[in-house]
Amino acid sequence: MIQIRDLSKAFNGTPVLRHVTLAIKAGETMVVMGRSGCGKSVLLKHLIGLLKPDAGSVHVDGIDITQLSGRSLDKLRMKFGMLFQSAALFDSMSVGENVGFALREHTTMSPGAIRKRVQECLEMVGLKGIEALAPSELSGGMRKRVGLARALAMHPEIILYDEPTTGIDPVMADVINRLIVALRDQLKVTSVVVTHDMSSAYKVADRMAMLYNGSILQVGTPEEIRRSANPAVQQFIRGEAEGPIQEGLPDPNAFSRLALGVSAARGKPR
Amino acid sequence: MIASLKPPLMETAAAAGRWAVDLFEYAGGLGLLFVQSVGKGFMRPLRLPSVIYELWKIGVQSWFIITVTSLFIGMVLAFQSAYQMQRLAAEMYIAGLVSLSIVREIGPVITALIVAGRSGSAIAAELGTMKVTEQIDALQTLAADPVRHLVVPRFVAMIVALPILTLLADAMGIFGGFLIGTLKLGILPSLYWKMTYLPLVYKDLSSGLIKAFVFGMIICVVSCFEGLRAAGGAEGVGRATTVAVVGSFILIIGADLIFTALFYFIWR
Repeated sequence: MIQIRDLSKAFNGTPVLRHVTLAIKAGETMVVMGRSGCGKSVLLKHLIGLLKPDAGSVHVDGIDITQLSGRSLDKLRMKFGMLFQSAALFDSMSVGENVGFALREHTTMSPGAIRKRVQECLEMVGLKGIEALAPSELSGGMRKRVGLARALAMHPEIILYDEPTTGIDPVMADVINRLIVALRDQLKVTSVVVTHDMSSAYKVADRMAMLYNGSILQVGTPEEIRRSANPAVQQFIRGEAEGPIQEGLPDPNAFSRLALGVSAARGKPR
Repeated sequence: MIASLKPPLMETAAAAGRWAVDLFEYAGGLGLLFVQSVGKGFMRPLRLPSVIYELWKIGVQSWFIITVTSLFIGMVLAFQSAYQMQRLAAEMYIAGLVSLSIVREIGPVITALIVAGRSGSAIAAELGTMKVTEQIDALQTLAADPVRHLVVPRFVAMIVALPILTLLADAMGIFGGFLIGTLKLGILPSLYWKMTYLPLVYKDLSSGLIKAFVFGMIICVVSCFEGLRAAGGAEGVGRATTVAVVGSFILIIGADLIFTALFYFIWR
């Protein structure tokens, strides 16, 4: 369904994606995991044509989305729904207007039919009857679910999830996970989930891909990833600071210097 | 030749080159957004409710500041003219001086500067916030064009509102001059009115309104462009807002100079 071939992207000369190749089958949930800032969201944005690559291609149902623009790109985008990390609800519209936005734009549905579809979508995400609320009145978890309802309105074949469980409480995170699984099982949508939340990844994934330093380290089922022989994959899924992924570790010398300074300051009489 | 330049010169040349590239890129971006706004402005359906909402925000909500500012400027102009004219015992010509300066120059420019500061900054901040919170991306994923949805209604509202606000500024400026001329300088009201519209001809008013129309385009395109390319969170939105206002001011004054020169040489 989605074929990413040799995709490369750099920002201001800094490479973010390096020759990424990944295939996503119809109806499966592919989780792309990796550290924060490793390029997961950049990869996701290439799938729906929000970013243009420096090299490589992204074929969706055989059509290279990187070569499209204008109406042909919009036409292909109708197959997608996307849930943004911050939900990206339109502040100037109510919840109902947000969810019904694409229906008003791209269909000839009557206002009554749109209202009904909006109700259905909100019910699917467990938020019945909140159409009149403003996005600013919603909690983080509710915003994400409204974002998902908006993504579902046009019956998408593919849903892209950007960090769906980041910034919400564990109970709400599990609600979102169940929604992702239910959408795959009941509506047969193809899903690409970008996350660094391993508990969520194991719950929703049919297959997982580990992105590290702009490249795919390994692709496999959750079980294959668990048994991976790659030390970087093992370090990441176990969430350990020690291992081949070394960035961001504190400098022990800095702590000793700080400790010396603190004890000297404490020893000084006032 | 280039290789023979000394390192500091090379660096200066490279910096100048980068600056020139950035400038052309910026001008190209503004030009492209202008062409898209005009082109997509003619596409159906025009989002009338959005246009009316923007007209309300840009036009109707600016009436008070435009009224007060223009009234005071008209009064100040009358005082300043009186200062000179009294020496020549030619106070009655104040009316013509005030009306011509207001209608040809001060009305459109002051209106544009106020709208750029008030509404241009708001447009840049709103679109900039939408950009950094991924709402623009969300719009695109829903197969909606940000230019048609966000820029065109503001563009149409701006080119309609600016000339109307300019007419209001003209009227209030002239009225300010009238108050000083009649109440302080003792010119008969009927004489003041006669001396106001006598030197005014059709091209004075229309040249002011043409300027207002162009200034409206400038404010909208610069503010939307800055908003749509904002990056880097709250700081980025703040930067976009500042650049939108500064850029609009410079382009408004620059365009004013060009139009005034054009009208002077071509439309005499």
